Amino acid sequence: MSISNTASARATDSGRGVAPDTIRYNREVPGLGDPVFDVSGLSIYYGSNKAVRDVDLKVGPRQITAMIGPSGCGKSTVLRTLNRMNDLIPGARIEGKVEYHGEDLYAQHVDPIEVRRRIGMVFQKPNPFPKSIYDNVAYGPRINGVRANMDDLVEETLTKAALWDEVKDKLKESAFALSGGQQQRLCIARTIAVNPEVILMDEPCSALDPIATLKIEDLMYELAAEYTIVIVTHNMQQAARVSDRTAFFTAGVDEEGERYGSLVEFDETATIFSKPADQRTEDYISGRFG
Amino acid sequence: MPTEAPEAPQAPEDSPRRTLASGRGRMADPIFKWTVAASGTIVLVILALMVIRTTTEAWPVFAKEGFFGFLFGQDWTAGGSRTEITGTYGAWPFIYGTLVTATIAIIIALPLAIMVAVYLTHMAPRRIAKPLSYTVELLAAVPSVIFGLWGLHWFLPNVMRPFFELVESTLGWFFLFEGPVRGVGYFPAGIVLAIMILPIMTAIIREVIAVQPLEQQMAGYALGSTRWEVITKVVLPSSFSGIVAATMLGLGRALGETIAVLMLIGGSQSWGASLFGTGSSMASHIAATFGESSPETRTGLMAIGVALFLVTMIINVLARVVVWRLGQFTGDAAV
Repeated sequence: MSISNTASARATDSGRGVAPDTIRYNREVPGLGDPVFDVSGLSIYYGSNKAVRDVDLKVGPRQITAMIGPSGCGKSTVLRTLNRMNDLIPGARIEGKVEYHGEDLYAQHVDPIEVRRRIGMVFQKPNPFPKSIYDNVAYGPRINGVRANMDDLVEETLTKAALWDEVKDKLKESAFALSGGQQQRLCIARTIAVNPEVILMDEPCSALDPIATLKIEDLMYELAAEYTIVIVTHNMQQAARVSDRTAFFTAGVDEEGERYGSLVEFDETATIFSKPADQRTEDYISGRFG
Repeated sequence: MPTEAPEAPQAPEDSPRRTLASGRGRMADPIFKWTVAASGTIVLVILALMVIRTTTEAWPVFAKEGFFGFLFGQDWTAGGSRTEITGTYGAWPFIYGTLVTATIAIIIALPLAIMVAVYLTHMAPRRIAKPLSYTVELLAAVPSVIFGLWGLHWFLPNVMRPFFELVESTLGWFFLFEGPVRGVGYFPAGIVLAIMILPIMTAIIREVIAVQPLEQQMAGYALGSTRWEVITKVVLPSSFSGIVAATMLGLGRALGETIAVLMLIGGSQSWGASLFGTGSSMASHIAATFGESSPETRTGLMAIGVALFLVTMIINVLARVVVWRLGQFTGDAAV
């Protein structure tokens, strides 16, 4: 598969700077179009701590948007506001606006359960349910009352997640029998089984080895034809390899000595990695910082 | 400035190189090992002695009635002889009483314990959860005679009796709820047993639920699960073996509980299908009769003891099998 080969070649890049000509799976950067997410003036509080401040961001449809930055910069926190996973953390609240196709995600009438059914999430550590591979994929469709032929749906989903060939003979076995990379692809399959429009990925490869990482990246690239993907990563090469647009966050300290995260720069990935507008971005991607 | 390589220090000739032997006896590990092993063995020895002793003492009764004749015999008329077996010994009324009261207790306590545990781990505000868990565990420390007294003198006349009369008047046509309502009987004993085993079951189930990985629950939420779905489809299935273990402990206590049952079950030696009927459990009958028993009766009571031991063991083995078989389907990692 040619994509694989390109990806493998890219993976051998070492060093922290990324040359602009090696950063893409040969693809035109799609336009922002009608943005899927329009985040404006977003601040996120944990209790009285204003952890993330004044983020403005647009996520375009059927493309990969990466969020990068040092630890504590708030990238994961911002990601979690996009499907209201932050609601589950006691004391978390937001200011500002998160619009999903023009609808305010945090409006009174919005049901967070419904939000999460449309906007799926893949986590840092592979977290399959302690059930069979089949039941992991079928979980979402079942709770959504999908009446389709479940066997077909499971096969189709696992095929889409590039896992079918590896697991077709052991669908009834525990998901824990799979390797870490396979488990993470199973988690992606579980997410796309409910046919979401958006997949949020929170450092999906940080617990995986380089080969498994490349497989996930290939998968993301293929899924981007159909889904809108937002990925948080601390791996700059990964952002450079897979994403169309990149948001660079940084951690700062305010006058009162409180740490907070904020968005520095948001642009096409090629621009961020070749001619960033902000000195802090340049320092970070060239390895002079963080 | 270059220096000569330092010479290896020469050992004085009169002190030979020390061997790797420590030179002092290391006794702590062997002593520790044997002490621990001995403690482990004591459990087995005591168990064996008890089984052997009770079985030999009970033997004349088994010999007369036959093993199954004893277990399923309906009539218990103890004789007063010193040397031989003159009475009739059928333990079924007591076995039935034990099984029925324990079953009522589990049917009431298990869903309650699961709900309390879920509330404590997932719903209760943190300020309430801690003190409430302690209170639940405190309930486990209340002596059973107090449960019996409270059950007999307050709970039975004020709460259970009106409730039973209501059940009897609406569901009296069903054989389990046939009247008359006497007050004491299987049902009140079972209900008080349920209250008694609730704390230990809740405590264990709460622990098991609390250690379920948060990531899996987050995955559930991220797929658009409601809290109900996360708890019933992710948390509880993975807690299955722990819930069975809690049930077994509760059941163990319910089967063996003596004094509270004795006070509430009615103490008759007959048995009947209606839950409002009176009867005896194995343990309560032993306790009620033992004080003024003749040597012959005591042999019969020993036989009941053997039967109680058997019933408990069979139930425990069945529970193991259930965990082992069903655990494979629920995907419990502990199996």
